[in-house]
Amino acid sequence: MTYARRAWIVLWKDAVTERRAKATLNALLFFSLLLLFVFQFTLGADRERLVAALPGLLWLSFVLTGLVGLGRAFLVERENDCWDGLLLAPGDKSAIYLGKVAGNLILMLIVEVILLALFTVFFNVDIGRALPALALILPLGTIGFAAVGTLFAAMTAHVRAREVLFPVLLLPVQVPVLLGAVKATEAALAGESLGAVTPWLQLLVAGDVIYLVAGLLTFDAILES
Amino acid sequence: MSRALGTLALVGLAMGLVLGFLVAPRELTQGNVQRIMYVHVPAILVAYLAFGVVLIASIVYLVRRVDAADRIAHASAEVGLLYTGINIATGAIWGKPTWGTWWTWDARLTSVSIMFLMYLGYLLLREMVEDRERSARFAAVVGIIAALNMPLVHFSVYWWRTLHQPPSILRPGASALPRVFWMVVLVNVVAFALLYAYFVMKRTRVLAYEAEALA
Repeated sequence: MTYARRAWIVLWKDAVTERRAKATLNALLFFSLLLLFVFQFTLGADRERLVAALPGLLWLSFVLTGLVGLGRAFLVERENDCWDGLLLAPGDKSAIYLGKVAGNLILMLIVEVILLALFTVFFNVDIGRALPALALILPLGTIGFAAVGTLFAAMTAHVRAREVLFPVLLLPVQVPVLLGAVKATEAALAGESLGAVTPWLQLLVAGDVIYLVAGLLTFDAILES
Repeated sequence: MSRALGTLALVGLAMGLVLGFLVAPRELTQGNVQRIMYVHVPAILVAYLAFGVVLIASIVYLVRRVDAADRIAHASAEVGLLYTGINIATGAIWGKPTWGTWWTWDARLTSVSIMFLMYLGYLLLREMVEDRERSARFAAVVGIIAALNMPLVHFSVYWWRTLHQPPSILRPGASALPRVFWMVVLVNVVAFALLYAYFVMKRTRVLAYEAEALA
């Protein structure tokens, strides 16, 4: 079985589980809807202020839903001895990591697109012109998040206080990615061309590559037991 | 060996104190407050060194699985965190009279505090994973990721408007410091590095005893 095929199987398995149970996606969508209400209540009805804070709020909601979603990524494997199944899988274990990252990436992107739609509806903002730019920025920002998040989720799945440890480990590492993503989104929503934020996009790409490579190389050490 | 290191570190620190307070002239615009830099700058430089050691020891541990490497990474992260804390604290004390504020969300302050938080998380992970061998493996992965992340964090310095003076040592081109300041900083860097080595040595030994006692 080729490397790509093994990664694909992990992705497929997670997708089928999610499609049948819909446990994570449903919860995340409900959670993101609640986030919108919380933003509205805490920032007040002042639309100007909400729009000014929109790039930050968007990524804040992506991160929060990501923390909830990714934290669960490996919990399913602990049931029914699935973990041992993964361990027994032949060949390079990083294929499992790649499959998991892809699954988490897709899950997060689905939630992000829906969140974006919810934002435009509830806060009455027009993002039509920014859509092509966002179509680039969202995946760039999310790949880095999913790459480290998947790695750390596999680690913290073993820890009793995982709900605390997972964000405490992940958030500081994600600062550069978050910064770049928010800055780029800010420019995109303001109608500027992406040329103005090229350094930030380069930072995002660099982060994505570094995190993915680091994850691929070290995942073996995490899965061992 | 460790006693010699400790003595050397002590001598170095004493020299640094004498040089910093008696030999180095009073800075014209900032006054005596500027002398904090003789601690502030070496502390962060040695902290970077410490986290570099964490990175190398972590890689060695993942490849070779020698417990000594894990213990060095553990000890080095603790001392590095201490030095980063000293850097942040002295920076705040210096910032109050000079900038008029203890803290500001300037890029370099932010990036150092992010580093602080990353390695705090690293030590927290070590505490929370009960199985020793597993904790060593996980910590090694986080130690590598955190170090790889630092350049990304550091780059943001140049792209963000910043209140901090541009770095005076770690930057391309000639150093901006007059020779006396340079010398004092250099002596303190060596002294701090010796102290770091001494701490790591002691701490590594304690960790080894702990492992022995628990085995």
